[in-house]
Amino acid sequence: MKRRHLMLSGLGLAGLPALAQAQGQTPPHAGHAPADPEAPVRGGTARIVVQEPPILTSAFITTMNIGMVSSKILEGLVSYDLDLKPVPALAQSWEVSADGLRITFHLRRNARWHDGQPFTSADVRFTLLEVSKKLHPFGRAVFANVTAVETPDPHSVTIVLSAPAPYLFNYINTYGAQILPRHIYEGTDILQNPANSAPIGTGPFRFKEWVRGSHVALERNADYWQEGKPYLDGILFRFIPDPVARSVALEAGEIDVTIGSLIPVTSLRRFSDARKYTINTEDGRFLASIFLAQINVRRPYLGDRRVRQALSHAIDRAALVRLVWQGYGKPATGPIPSSVSQYYARGNPQEFDPRRAEQLLDEAGYRRGADGRRFRINLVSGDGGSLESNRAGEFIKQAFARIGVDLELVVEDPAAFLRRVYTDADYDIMTSSLHRLPDPTLGVQRLYWTKNIIKGAPWTNGSGYSNPELDGIMEAAAGEGDVAKRKALITRWQEIAQEDSPILDLVELTWTTVSTARFRKERAQGDGMFAGLEDAWLAPAR
Amino acid sequence: MAGPGALSGAGVRRPLFRAWLPWTWTPWRWIPWTWIPWGRLAQLAPVLFGIATLNFLILQLAPGDVVDVLSGEAGAATPETMAELRRSFGLDQPLPVQYLRYLGHLASFDLGHSYRLNMPVRELILTRLPPTLLLMLSALVLAVSLGALAGLLAARHAGRWPDLLLSGLTLLSYALPTFWLGLMAIVLFSARLGWLPSGGMLTIGAGHAGLAWLRDLLAHLVLPALTLSTFYLAVYARLVRSAMLELHGADFIRTARAKGAGEWRITLRHAFRNALLPMVTMAGYQAASLLSGAVLVETVFSWPGLGRLAYEAIRTRDLNLLLGILFFSSILVVIVNLGIDGLYRLVDPRVTTGARRI
Repeated sequence: MKRRHLMLSGLGLAGLPALAQAQGQTPPHAGHAPADPEAPVRGGTARIVVQEPPILTSAFITTMNIGMVSSKILEGLVSYDLDLKPVPALAQSWEVSADGLRITFHLRRNARWHDGQPFTSADVRFTLLEVSKKLHPFGRAVFANVTAVETPDPHSVTIVLSAPAPYLFNYINTYGAQILPRHIYEGTDILQNPANSAPIGTGPFRFKEWVRGSHVALERNADYWQEGKPYLDGILFRFIPDPVARSVALEAGEIDVTIGSLIPVTSLRRFSDARKYTINTEDGRFLASIFLAQINVRRPYLGDRRVRQALSHAIDRAALVRLVWQGYGKPATGPIPSSVSQYYARGNPQEFDPRRAEQLLDEAGYRRGADGRRFRINLVSGDGGSLESNRAGEFIKQAFARIGVDLELVVEDPAAFLRRVYTDADYDIMTSSLHRLPDPTLGVQRLYWTKNIIKGAPWTNGSGYSNPELDGIMEAAAGEGDVAKRKALITRWQEIAQEDSPILDLVELTWTTVSTARFRKERAQGDGMFAGLEDAWLAPAR
Repeated sequence: MAGPGALSGAGVRRPLFRAWLPWTWTPWRWIPWTWIPWGRLAQLAPVLFGIATLNFLILQLAPGDVVDVLSGEAGAATPETMAELRRSFGLDQPLPVQYLRYLGHLASFDLGHSYRLNMPVRELILTRLPPTLLLMLSALVLAVSLGALAGLLAARHAGRWPDLLLSGLTLLSYALPTFWLGLMAIVLFSARLGWLPSGGMLTIGAGHAGLAWLRDLLAHLVLPALTLSTFYLAVYARLVRSAMLELHGADFIRTARAKGAGEWRITLRHAFRNALLPMVTMAGYQAASLLSGAVLVETVFSWPGLGRLAYEAIRTRDLNLLLGILFFSSILVVIVNLGIDGLYRLVDPRVTTGARRI
């Protein structure tokens, strides 16, 4: 590492910590006595690998790699802790009226946009009504009950609801409802505004440059509303498309952090030395993602609930996590991951039981033929997913073969995959990883709701499953203000989903952030993937 | 163009430097007009038209469109917004209308807008073209020079150990998949030895200038350019070796030897010049295939070039962008081939652009 820097920079850095110098960091032991080695250090540039985003604004799009970059520049009203409870961000406090119909946020008084304009309640009002509620794919549901947004003074904003919306508090961070500057966006075509690619925010870092295909550079916002922060001088987002090259770059010390499981699980072992690297597994809790197999119930064989249950019994989820995900994940039991502890109920999951599976298939009338096979179906997946998702397909093929079901694996590129599943419904089973989010009304209902069977629209209810009883329960849960009653409804919801199995929930995914051990952050976040990193620093090289 | 006070008499050629003087500075006289293949240039327009048409039609065969991708990336979308997007992109029009509109835009050199990346296609291409050109040219130069060298050495020592060694090596680099070679090079030179950076084109934020900048660029360029050159390097080496061996017993070689020329002089001046012709032909092919090879190499080395942009454009069905890139590359390939035609004349004076072989 040192040697490379010496060779390339030709500056002769012998005797100095090469990396610290190369990044313009203050040598820690210069002059005064060494401080607490765990105390934050000012300076340095964190080099983070992400996949290149199409734009840099999350306010109306949920693409994860946009959020990973954008969250450092633009902020939300809150962020989330490890229990997925909201903690103050642009809103320093809030209160909810007794009937749950008025939510008032008190905003930061010293926050300013990067162009010097003050941040006020008018910005929040504009964003929630004109951007989040109208243009954001989930925001339409989150803010559906919002009838008005009042701005009694420049630092207070009140959301007025037609019915309680308990899920609202779960989607107002920088990824869910990113606050945009009204003075830049008002009266423009929001989706085509040039600021979408060169954002002006309130966040700890300012946008500096974006060289397409190469990097996005951010610089420290000296005017940030948190005194003394951010610690870093800047952030450099590099785009390294090849997974092996990413691992090498991290090992070679050319980058400091990779977010969003960009290092394949099979390579994680190389970063297991805790003295040199940190593997964070909590940063993606907020997304509550589940790797699932969605069954097209309109197809032959698969309309029968017993067949779907049999397929579910055939898959050893624990082995899937162990073999394919190398332990980075958890066997899923139902539609809500266990990390969403507020609503998770174990219920009555379809345990691994191949004999029960065969029995169910026999009962359904699909007995083994002379060649030992019962029937043949296909499994379609998109190649945009992880390496793990391809291997999971192979795992499922073997598992199904054991109960006499022949599975044909089909891999499509993203556009063909979406067309095939959501427009043509030309598939038997599809696998994908979908975010369930901290509230089931937001992330789970869409996959089971009859009204969400929408031809052509991606990530809707693509299984074609329809159950009026479950529809009623989900709709009631959405508008239920009473916490205990709502929890009871959601528990029943999980039981029905487990019983009917239109979707086989397989693995609760762990999103990994792999970094050098020098990369530190003061506060653990459930939405750490979308953290502003004002509290991050690079510890001096030892 | 007789200048004032010319000393010229019959049969006396005016000194060459006269033409450099400002009052007789006529740059068009220095362009070798007769070398320019006018007939080939005239063929350019229909060729480009055909390429544009084929590009357009082939892309229609891919299932799904950019609106599917945009909605998929957004996380959700209503059928109304999707229909509205298709309308505003012109995707709801019948195919012939889309085609004519596309041709119309091309004719006015308007490559359109990338709806996904929210930028004009021409701007996107122009920022990504220089890195790709640099990579391609370096790979071409490396392949030609190293390939020729290897071929020469192998031919000089035909049948002995240097020949066997070089033949083995070239066979290996011919057979190994480029991307694998690239990855192994990264693992060895970046991870193990730490000599070279693992990817990118420049150390971002280093702010190098002048010589330091050049050194930084070269350090980043070495591995991708070498990786990209391996396949054709092997091809050239084999071409040169066999051509040299074939020429070994030729009359003019024997004549040269008889008049007392040294072995290296014979090899370089007499034999190699003849062996160059098949290499030039192959270079034309290589220039075209380098573009496709660049996709893999650019991905492995995170080189910010056109190949990766094209790959992403295919995956995201960014039709305007992809058509723009394909059109641009087609022009590039046509120009390179014209250049190769010119090179023939340079290497072999017997070749003229208009003449037919007897």
